[in-house]
Amino acid sequence: MIDDMYQEVILDYYRNPRNKGVLPHADIVSVDANTSCGDEITMQVLVKDGFVGNIRFYGKGCAISQAASSMLTEYALGKPLEEVAKFNKEVMLGLINIPISCMRLKCALLGLKVLKLGVLQYVNNHLSAEQLAEWKSNQFGDKDDY
Amino acid sequence: MAGITVLDAARVRKDFPFFARGLIYLDSAATTHKPAMVLDAMRKFYEQSNANVHRGIYSLTEEATQAYEGARKKIAAFIGASPREIVFVRNATEAINLVAQSWGGVNVGKDDAILLTEMEHHSNIVPWQMLAKKAQAKVSYVPITEIGELHKNSALHALKQKPKIFAFTHVSNVLGTINPAKELVAEAHKEGVPVLIDASQSVPHMPVNVKDLDCDFMVFSGHKMFGPFGVGVLYAKRELLEKMEPVQGGGDMIKQVTFEGASWNEVPWKFEAGTPNVAGVVGLGSAVDYLRSLGMENVWKHEQELVKYAYDKMKKDDVITIYGPENRGGVISFNLGDMHAHDVSTVLDQLQVCVRSGHHCAQPLMERLGVSATARISFGPYNTKEDVDAFLAALQKAKKVFRL
Repeated sequence: MIDDMYQEVILDYYRNPRNKGVLPHADIVSVDANTSCGDEITMQVLVKDGFVGNIRFYGKGCAISQAASSMLTEYALGKPLEEVAKFNKEVMLGLINIPISCMRLKCALLGLKVLKLGVLQYVNNHLSAEQLAEWKSNQFGDKDDY
Repeated sequence: MAGITVLDAARVRKDFPFFARGLIYLDSAATTHKPAMVLDAMRKFYEQSNANVHRGIYSLTEEATQAYEGARKKIAAFIGASPREIVFVRNATEAINLVAQSWGGVNVGKDDAILLTEMEHHSNIVPWQMLAKKAQAKVSYVPITEIGELHKNSALHALKQKPKIFAFTHVSNVLGTINPAKELVAEAHKEGVPVLIDASQSVPHMPVNVKDLDCDFMVFSGHKMFGPFGVGVLYAKRELLEKMEPVQGGGDMIKQVTFEGASWNEVPWKFEAGTPNVAGVVGLGSAVDYLRSLGMENVWKHEQELVKYAYDKMKKDDVITIYGPENRGGVISFNLGDMHAHDVSTVLDQLQVCVRSGHHCAQPLMERLGVSATARISFGPYNTKEDVDAFLAALQKAKKVFRL
């Protein structure tokens, strides 16, 4: 079980995270922490014509939260914001593709939560009220997912 | 060659039904397990003596009151206090909030200083920050040295500035540091500064006597000393309690109520508004009986043996970073290579070893140490060297998983 959870690929992303660092002039800067454990992730996105033009993250936390965030940035790069906003738990778990205990689920999902909050905030500020209402009804139907 | 164990931990373990689960439990600083006699005492209270206290004339209520007040006497005697100096609260946190709001509300004003240390638990920081915000006072922190001991000269210097109160932990829940409480109290009193001691990590593990320490306030939690959740203790010198105003109003804390107002009950009851956690207090009284039967000197010596054994072995491993001084209570915080503490805890959990990981409710201290989290083991009288060995073996497994 443990060896399944901490596969080579997770350790590799933990020790050599892709897209980690500060992204200058980011349009989206979103940060949140898991208060119970102190893990903290900042997601930064450069928006280009409604697409993720560039994306980086930084933060501190366990191997799971760091690897998951890094994998998420790779997956989100080049995708339209509309699609990023639709990313759910299954997408994230599919990316990391390891058995996750309930206790560690919040670690795996922290980066996703931060990214989606940032995208929502960005969209809030850049769409008209009508566009926003339509957008929201399309994107955030499922409240259980972030 | 290990010395003769002063306490037969294997036998002590049998007093705790929890250990039937077979887990290696190394998180007694977070909460301790409960001996059967404590659980029995609470069950017996509910089954045979259950009634509200300080009310009613029938003999059952008298029996319940005697159980409740009897526990107060036991707990008072356990720390060398008089029963009238023991206020029952929910936990150490509530006790500190009570002092900050009641005593602090009157005695701390604009530009006054509240002196704490860098190694405090959030419970001994946040209530004071809240008070400082309200009173426009300021909070300052005695620094710790590189090895994690209190910087004594800084403490003496800060006391000369005459803060309104000095509140510090007896034993750090992260570093294990044992602060020289008696000496610090004496130094504070030289400057006329009253002292609150957070004894959450000392009262359950070593002999503690408030008269000997001469502290003005002391707080601790029942669940960390083999008692139930939901009961904690505020000790305060009688003359201080007499002067303090209650922070909660309601039943039991009054002498007389009219439509116009109310007068307060005597201490300590004026601080215990509403029906208290009677069975919890009875359970805590029983926990004190249990600790007395073990002997606090024996508990202390046993845990010292364990912590030295674990410390020496861990110290030899280059991959392990230990935080805090060598001379310490039964607590070791550490990190393993570049592994995050949560990952350490997750791997150990799979091997049935329960260790805490995270910031241990001491984020400012984590900042001071320059880490975001640590893993932590902590001992109780039921832990054995075999527990330590199982933990050390689990650490080796964790290193393997993380290719360290």
